[in-house]
This record gives sequence, structure tokens and C-alpha cells, in this order.
Amino acid sequence: MSDGRNPGLEGLRYKRGGTMWSWILHRVTGVGMLLFVAMHVIAAFSLQNLGGSTFGKVFNTFYESWLFQCFIYFCVIFHALNGARVIILDTWPKLLQYQREATWLQWLVFIPIYGLTLLVLIQKGLSGG
Amino acid sequence: MLRSRTVPRRGWNIEFVMWVFTRISGAALLIIGAIGMVAALLMGARMQMDLASLMRWSFFPNSSHVVNSNIPDVNLGWISLFWRIMETLIIVFGVSHGFNGLRVVFEDYIKSAVIRKVLRVVILALWIVVMIVALFIVYTS
Repeated sequence: MSDGRNPGLEGLRYKRGGTMWSWILHRVTGVGMLLFVAMHVIAAFSLQNLGGSTFGKVFNTFYESWLFQCFIYFCVIFHALNGARVIILDTWPKLLQYQREATWLQWLVFIPIYGLTLLVLIQKGLSGG
Repeated sequence: MLRSRTVPRRGWNIEFVMWVFTRISGAALLIIGAIGMVAALLMGARMQMDLASLMRWSFFPNSSHVVNSNIPDVNLGWISLFWRIMETLIIVFGVSHGFNGLRVVFEDYIKSAVIRKVLRVVILALWIVVMIVALFIVYTS
């Protein structure tokens, strides 16, 4: 860490609680999306403008597989909902006392949306489409 | 040795500006996504696109992005100034939000001030390259 300490895995236990895990997941999902978009742009560019290279096809098969789609939908939906919560709580700091409730509400919205997405993706994946 | 990072002067410094920008661009992307989906449905996506194509179109309203949809000719009815503006906004907000986020994550875990500075320059360069490539795709397709 930039303060000269190296907390290692201890850093994961920082403060604990649901909001800390949201903070970690926000970072992981953000970097995950950036990776996906980078792969997607490189693959599309190489397939469309460079006449179909092999690594473009490899990237394509990778991120079009239904398992990767499950991951990327988790990233997009979680990052969007968590970001909305952070924006709302930062804009009206008085609401910060309901942070715990806001986090639960966020999961209550997340679970049905992501659950439906998963259902569609898994059905499609298992039927070979 | 415990040593805290030097804290910049309070007020409008680059960290604060980027903190504000992250929130504004994040909210903007959510709103752009919602507007894009509603506008596409109003334009006839209800009959011409399946859900996946609708999502792809809302995230990046470019004709090359919905080649598998049932729209007879995307370029004819779907490419307009409105969607050009939407594309440009998504690119500018999305790419900047993403690369700034990558910078924030990097800087939290890297000890050396020199490597932090180098990474800043690398991320700035990547940001410029991706921005040019993406805007090139938007304005030539």
C-alpha cells in the first residue's frame, strides 16, 4: 500500500461488513468490465478491420461463452446498482445513517434482476445455443 | 516505517475533480442507458430486436453492434444525429470513467511513487488511444 505498509490479506478484513464487501466487489466488477470491453474492442477491430486474425477469434469465443456472460452480467448489474447507491448516499450525506438498509435494498433489487438473467443464460447454455 | 501519503490542499485539486467526475459520469451512463432503451423501443425495437440486441444497441448504438437483429437495414432508419450523440456520450463518459477507475485502483495498491507516476502516464496514453479508436469507429461506420 502507498503508506508503506503491506497489509496482505489482513487488508481484506478492513472494517468488515456488507458495505466493505460492496466496496471490494465494486473494484473487482469495474476492472472486470474494463477487461471485457478491452477484449471486445480488440477482437472486433481485428476481425473487422484486419481481416480476421486468430487471436480475435480466440477472444470472441472466450467472451461469447455463456459462463463468461454470467460473469460480465454480474459485473454490469452490480456495478450499476452499487454505483447508484454510492451516488445517492454521497449526494445526500444525511442518508448515510441508512447505509446498511441501502445495502440490503441494493441486494433485494440485484437478486431478481440477476437471477432472471442467470436463468436465461443457463437455459441457453445448457441447450447449446 | 509508517508514512502517510501527502495530502493535497483542500479544494479543487485533481483528485476531487475526478471524484466528482466519477459520480457525474456514472449517473450519466445510467441515464443514457435508460434513455437509449426507451428510445429504441419507441423506434420499433419491440418488434425488431430480441432482448440481447436491445441491450447491445443501448450500450453502443452502432449498426455493427446489432448485425443479428431483425431490422432490415439499420443504417437506413436507425443511424441519426440522436444516436451519434448518444454513442459519443457513451464513449466519452464510459472510457474516461473506466480508465480513471483503473488509475484509482492501481494507486491504492502500488507502493512506489515512481511506478505510480509511470502508470499514470501509461493509463493516460491508453485512454487517449482507446478514445481515438472508439470515436473513429463511431464517425466512420
